Amino acid sequence: MNLYELTVAEAMSSLAAGDITSEALTRSCLDRIDKVDGEVGAFITLDREGALEQARKADIERKRERVGTLCGIPVAIKDLLCTKDMRTTCGSQMLADFIPPYDATVVEKIKGQGGVILGKVSMDEFAMGSTSESCAFGVPQNPWKKGYVAGGSSGGSAAAVSAGECLASLGSDTGGSIRQPASLCGVIGMKPTYGRVSRYGLVAFASSLDQVGPLCRDVTDCAILMNAISGHDQRDSTSVRIDVPDFTSFLKEDVRGLRIGVPREYFSAGLHPQVERVVRSGIDLLRQAGAVVVDITLPHTEYCVAAYYLIAPAEASSNLARYDGVNFGRRDMKADTLMSMYKDTRSAGFGTEVKRRILIGTYALSSGYYDAYYKKASQVRTMILRDFQAAYESCDVLVSPVTPTPAWKQGENSDNPLAVYLSDILTISANLAGIPGISVPGGFSSDGLPIGIQIQGRHFDEGSLLRVAYALEKMVGVTRVPSLA
Amino acid sequence: MKISRAEVEHVAHLARLHLTEGELSIMTEQLDLILAYVEKLQELDTNGLPPTTHAISVCNAFREDRVLPSLAQDVALSCSSRHNEEMFQVPRII
Repeated sequence: MNLYELTVAEAMSSLAAGDITSEALTRSCLDRIDKVDGEVGAFITLDREGALEQARKADIERKRERVGTLCGIPVAIKDLLCTKDMRTTCGSQMLADFIPPYDATVVEKIKGQGGVILGKVSMDEFAMGSTSESCAFGVPQNPWKKGYVAGGSSGGSAAAVSAGECLASLGSDTGGSIRQPASLCGVIGMKPTYGRVSRYGLVAFASSLDQVGPLCRDVTDCAILMNAISGHDQRDSTSVRIDVPDFTSFLKEDVRGLRIGVPREYFSAGLHPQVERVVRSGIDLLRQAGAVVVDITLPHTEYCVAAYYLIAPAEASSNLARYDGVNFGRRDMKADTLMSMYKDTRSAGFGTEVKRRILIGTYALSSGYYDAYYKKASQVRTMILRDFQAAYESCDVLVSPVTPTPAWKQGENSDNPLAVYLSDILTISANLAGIPGISVPGGFSSDGLPIGIQIQGRHFDEGSLLRVAYALEKMVGVTRVPSLA
Repeated sequence: MKISRAEVEHVAHLARLHLTEGELSIMTEQLDLILAYVEKLQELDTNGLPPTTHAISVCNAFREDRVLPSLAQDVALSCSSRHNEEMFQVPRII
């Protein structure tokens, strides 16, 4: 077995036993990247020398008594989490040369526990997209099938883990951006509860929806990474002061008596039959293992895309106002007035999808339209939140598909933004309601593309998600790294 | 039509964006489709319902009032394309 195929947990015990070194493990990932990343296209910035240096340091540290949990484990970071002295582009020309002077809290935590940062991975520009095709620095493709999308916006994070280029990665999820690419690439991806993980140093897209989370090769690794990144941070005023459990304590193969809600709106017309087959068979497995399956309704599901595509762009238009060329990022140097400097900088720096969302958001917040659009959407958000509160009175978790279809061909729907927005229907409610969600591999389509199963739960009950995901993983079987012949 | 070409031009100005003639046509067409779709929300009676701006509200996120290290001036300026080692510089305003 190649070292890059190890899970985080396996690597941790091999490193602890002295069977392998972090340097060898890191080299194995770097060699794998050399071999396959030309095709996969996951990395924007690869820090070969820095990673090897961190790995050698980890090997020396290990000889001392106490080492961090992730000591010597090679990980990749989505390119919207600030990394001190390492370029952070957000997939945008606007930040093509941006080198942050500080680390995001989650990056600081990974480094603090001895993790080895291999580099920064590809994403849709400013995390706006579902395919990673709007990245200004190379588009990742699905490691399971050439020419197919890796999903988005954390497409590089999912592709890198799936292809064996790193052991785990961090992504961010504003409307499904961790769970959807995880599902399409056959890896685990968790969006924690809003407020569970610090957003300090995460380049903001929609501040009331954004959340950082892990992408990994199995559920155990997901629990390990959640332990590493969770917790209150006084630098993020929306992070919540609540105890962080040991997430690995939920990894028990026991779902007896657990009430699994099946939201009927998530199985409506438009769901690909093979996705339905995989998810239904996952539900059957859970039933056979002793879970109680309950029929659930989330009546406002059909309104979530409309609410989301007003709220997220509105917040984005405000957050992206900071890219004015003054303090950091790109600046058009030829402009001779302040107004033309703003306009020239922003028009050249942002790509089409980002401009589209800024325009929708600016319109929705503009004088005379605020009540009809932003306020209305925020009230509908209350209805969606209440749907979940009502559902969790009769079940503990919800099990559903992650995406209506398996991965599709690159370039499809590139001129029809609304069609792409509609494909987010099964994931965006969790962001609007702030609840946690996870995607766990459930099977494959007839042409070999992975299909994930989504588990959503109550606020701060990531534990139940991990419990169900772990049971499913044991029953479904572990996904292997694709051969990439 | 939910939105006119002139309105898109106005919104682009508010957002400090230039749009080419071609971009303006495509954006007007696409924004119109998207706004027609979100019209769906008007089917719901939300009278008297409080808006949700954050699904999990944190009240009074205070911390102890003590000075913590922050970015040094030269470091904060280092990401800017133009500064004079004390301040960010921009084209003349008045």
